[in-house]
Formats: sequence, C-alpha cells, structure tokens
Amino acid sequence: MDLFEYQARDLFEKHGVPVLQGRIADTPEEAEAAATAIGGTVVVKAQVKTGGRGKAGGVKVAHSPAEARQKAEEILGLDIKGHVVQRLMIAEGAKIAQEFYFSVLLDRSNRTFLSLCSVEGGMEIEQLAVERPDALAKIPVSAVTGIDKALAMEIAKAGRFPEELIDSVSDVILKLYDVFVKEDATLVEVNPLVLTEDGQILALDGKITLDENADFRHERDDMERDALDPLEAKAKAMDLNYVKLDGEVGIIGNGAGLVMSTLDVVAYAGEANGGVKPANFLDIGGGASAEVMAAGLDVILNDPQVKSVFVNVFGGITACDAVANGIVGALNTLGARASKPLVVRLDGNNVEEGRTILKEFNHPLVALADTMDGGANTAAELANG
Amino acid sequence: MAIFLNSDSKIIVQGMTGAEGMKHTQRMLAGGSNIVGGVNPRKAGETVEVEGKSLPVFGSVAEAMSATGANVSVIFVPPAFAKQAIVEAIDAEIPLAVAITEGIPVHDSASAWAYNVEKGLKTRLIGPNCPGIISPGESNAGITPWNITGKGPIGLVSKSGTLTYQMMFELRDIGFTTGIGIGGDPVIGTTHIDALEAFENDPETKAIVLIGEIGGDSEEKAAEYISKHVTKPVVAYVAGFTAPEGKTMGHAGAIVSGSAGTAQGKKEAFEAVGVKVGKTPSETATLMRDIIANL
Repeated sequence: MDLFEYQARDLFEKHGVPVLQGRIADTPEEAEAAATAIGGTVVVKAQVKTGGRGKAGGVKVAHSPAEARQKAEEILGLDIKGHVVQRLMIAEGAKIAQEFYFSVLLDRSNRTFLSLCSVEGGMEIEQLAVERPDALAKIPVSAVTGIDKALAMEIAKAGRFPEELIDSVSDVILKLYDVFVKEDATLVEVNPLVLTEDGQILALDGKITLDENADFRHERDDMERDALDPLEAKAKAMDLNYVKLDGEVGIIGNGAGLVMSTLDVVAYAGEANGGVKPANFLDIGGGASAEVMAAGLDVILNDPQVKSVFVNVFGGITACDAVANGIVGALNTLGARASKPLVVRLDGNNVEEGRTILKEFNHPLVALADTMDGGANTAAELANG
Repeated sequence: MAIFLNSDSKIIVQGMTGAEGMKHTQRMLAGGSNIVGGVNPRKAGETVEVEGKSLPVFGSVAEAMSATGANVSVIFVPPAFAKQAIVEAIDAEIPLAVAITEGIPVHDSASAWAYNVEKGLKTRLIGPNCPGIISPGESNAGITPWNITGKGPIGLVSKSGTLTYQMMFELRDIGFTTGIGIGGDPVIGTTHIDALEAFENDPETKAIVLIGEIGGDSEEKAAEYISKHVTKPVVAYVAGFTAPEGKTMGHAGAIVSGSAGTAQGKKEAFEAVGVKVGKTPSETATLMRDIIANL
C-alpha cells in the first residue's frame, strides 16, 4: 500500500524524523485556516500518488492565508496524470540550502534490504541513477542486523555527504530506518532530504509503501486508503480477492496463478472474438466452497460490463464434485440474479463426478467446457455475441 | 532420484495441532508420507491420533529431530508466529523446512532468510506461501493433492500452487520426479535456479517445466542460468500478461512495478536463451509431451 505524502510525514514525525509542520485541507477554507495556524509562508501541495506534481501545477507557494486559499482553489480538482486532487497538505515553508536523496527498501532480487543515498537530490531517482550512477550509493542492509550508527555513517559517506554533515545526516538515516522496520514498510524514500539555511536536516517530501501482510500488527484501520471501485469494495467486504479490470468476460478461479493464467487465456481467446477482455481477477482460494463461489458470482454478475462468466476451477484438495456442488448451491442462492451465461471448466480430482452433477443440474445458462483453452474461447464468443 | 525429498524423508509438522496442520497431516499420511511427529510447545508430550497412527507432539524442532530423526519440517504456523517457527527450524539445522503459511509480513520473511544465510544455509527453506514439494510415489511435504500425478521423468518448479496442480495433472500419464512450489511471495527460500540446478544434477529427471508469474526477476535470472548451466530440455510458462501495473494479483509478490517484472519481459528472457514458452498451460504441457516423445 502506497501512502500519501501527508501520511508519510505523520509517520516520520511519529518516529522522530525531523519534518516541517503539515496540515491537511480538503477545501480552500481549510487551506486558509491551516495557513493561518502555521503562519508565515506556506507551500500548498496536492496529495496524489504520482510523481511530477510540481510540473503539473500541484505545488504552489503562498505568502498569506488568503493566498493559500486562492492556491488551494487552483489545485483542488486538478487532474494530475489521471489522479484528481481531493486533498491538500499545507506545509510550513523552508529556506533550503541544499537537496539530498535517501531511501531504504526491500531488495527483492537479493532477498535483503538496500539503502540508496546521494548528496545530489531533488531530481527523480531513476534519472539520477541513469545520468549520474556514480553519485548514487547503493549499500545493502542486513535484515538481521539492520542499520546502526556506524552503517548510517558509512551510508552518508558513500552518498558523498561532506564531513560536517555526516553526523547529523546519519542520525536522520537511523530514524528513517526505524520507520522502515517499525512500520513494516517495503519502501521509505525521502526526496528531497534537505539542509536548511539555518543548518537543519529535514525530510521535506516522503514516499512510504507499507506491507499489507503486516496489517495485523499495526493500527491501520483509520488510515486513508485509495478509493476502491464499488465492486472492489463489495468484494473486500466479503473477503474476496478481487481486482476490477476493464473487460467483458467475468473470471472466477482458484489460486492466484491459475486465475492470472485464466485472464491471459481469455484475453488471448478475445483476440479472435471482437477483442473482448477479462473483466476482473477473482481468486476464490484453494477451498472453493459454495459460499465463496456464491459471493464471487454475486460480485461478478453485478458488474454491468460483464457479458459472460468463465468459471475455471482446478479440483485439487477440494475435489471437482464438491466444487460442482458449490456452483449449484451458488446458482440456487442467486436465483434470478444469475442472469448471464456461465462457462464452467472443471479439471482435476473427481472431474467426472463434478461434470455429472452440473449436467444433471441442467441450468439453462451453464455450459460445460472440457479444457481451459476451450472454455476461454466459448466465454469470449458469448461475450462477443 | 527425486530431489530434496524422497522415500527416506522423515517429516515433522510445525503447527500440526492447528486446523490446517491437522487436515494436511492427515492428507500427507494418506498419501504415504512418513510423518513422525509434530511441534507445538503448548502441547508438548501429548500424542495425536491421525490416520491410525499415533504421532508424538514435541516442544521444539530440535527435540523432535533428536527423538525421531526427522529431516524435514512442514510449517503450518499462522502468519504472526511463522517467522519464529522458521527461525526455530533453522536453529535446529533441519535439512529441509517447507513453509506453507500465506500472508507472512515480508520483514519477517526477509529477516528469517537473512538469519538462515548468517547461520550458513544449513536449512533449505521452501516457501513461504507455497504448496510445498512432492516427489510422487515417494513423499509429499505440503498441500499438493498426493494422487494428482505419478512418478516419471519430469521435474517441475513453479511460483504458483494451482498452476502446479494443473500441469502435473495434464502430464500425469508421463509423471514427475519432483514438483516444487517455491511460492509467490517477494522473499522466498528456494528459487527457480536452486531447483534447476538440482534437476540438472538428478539423473532421473529428463526434462524440466518451469512456471513463473509476474513480479520480481526470478524468471529472468533462471533464463540466464539455463543458458549457462542446464543441458536438459526446459519448457516454461509465465502467468500475468494481462495484469495491470501496480495491482497485486493475489500473490503478495505478483505485482508489476514500472517496466520491471512483466510477463512479456520474462517470456522474452526465456525465448532469448532458446526455452520454449507456452501461451497457455495446456500448450506448455503439449510442448513437454513433444520433448518427452523425442527423448
């Protein structure tokens, strides 16, 4: 889960990383009030999860509360790369002497943590990595020993910080590592980390990505998350692993890999069928019980874009006869709400028994497919019809 | 020869007395796995009756190993306690630990892995978030349906559980030496490359199926490894061509970020080193059939 800048700022503050005052505002009035409370020059910043805010006109300096209100009016509602600005952060102004870069992240490829550090900040890190690779220090961090003061100093030195800043910068690095570990983040990035004219090191803008697997040991319930598509919200409420996509063939399957594969096979079949595409990702899990099947079908049949549904289940631990009974139960539960053609492909343990159950059920909207590729094709044809 | 797991393997189950642990202990026993006990510090000293067998419960992995000679542990411990369970297996230096648990925080997996590296990699870790490993006709450590396929000359390594089942089922008339589900998390123990190396060195494995999915660079690294070190024929399948950037597709690790980790990139990496990539799982199975027919 990627955080908004203001959420990152709050987590920095919680762990003692030096930051400037920042207050959220959802209206021009709130922006004016926030600017009054902060006092002096402020920066009005669009809260969107995309880069290039400044260039898009999403970051503006205001010298008075009235000006903050005016800038807020300009920025709220702005479309920045498809993200409409609904919230602002009013941040205290700073006199910046120099801009730096620091991040610590999960290095998946090497199964360890990695810190990136450079005395040359301010630009996009990808650009820095390409244009000035020597200026970007990459120091691996052990997930067992982490970053201690000595390593923090080594990182700052490798990032080519001047001698007189090593101590203060390494202190901030230690605190940022605290954020990374204690908040179960997979990325903590500060760009820019700045030196102010009065000699302070501050985290001026931050990006944090949190690991949702660790939600259980944090209080994240009140944390603002990305607005979900209504169908995604409904699926989430039913504990379904659902992602809405832009297409016509609804997909239900068991196991993340098989469902991803089903989307691909349907998209491939769609090429010959008017370009129809998968409408969603929905993994009902290895168990594939009747309740979950019904809940899943309910979500998919509520998607107005869906014209046909492909149910692709491999009967492993839950054998195909149990899965078939689940489908029968789901269709009985849904009754008239099951209004779109369903192509069902079952394979695996007790496949014959499973198919027999569905044949005997003899539902007018259910068609059986022998293979995954064949089922995808039939579902694509139905969606194109 | 199967790899990593065979008929001599003696298996203990960490978290055996929990609902998932119990269900799968029963299934593994029914499939012929040699389960010799379980671990649960709160139930140490008790015995559990499963499939007509009386299984002792031990307080720790180390105790279980010294009492039973176990050399494999399958871990069904819930996410909040899984790291401690893996670390315990590493401390006991059990040769193989298979972590089935889904939803472990990545900081926990990363630190357990770093700990394993620090301890000299005496434990082969498979997973987490995986179906485990099966050597058909010999042993099954995990949740793969034991009767899904038979013994044969194919080696399989896969990030995905159900795609593993699908592939094993489609090729069940030919059969497998070993199938390994390495798991779909960002940080895992055994990698595609580890399995490729072992299959290459296993005289009974004649050909290899590799299943990948979006996210990370394990497939790209595997392709490079194949070009340098694998002489046996390999066919590959990659899932997730239609996955949009930034959306997690079920597995915590299945996410395309920027230009990295795309299915297209992985497919191209395999094809660049002469590995055929099936468009669908069935086409991949057909590619494997052709290879076996021409051996």
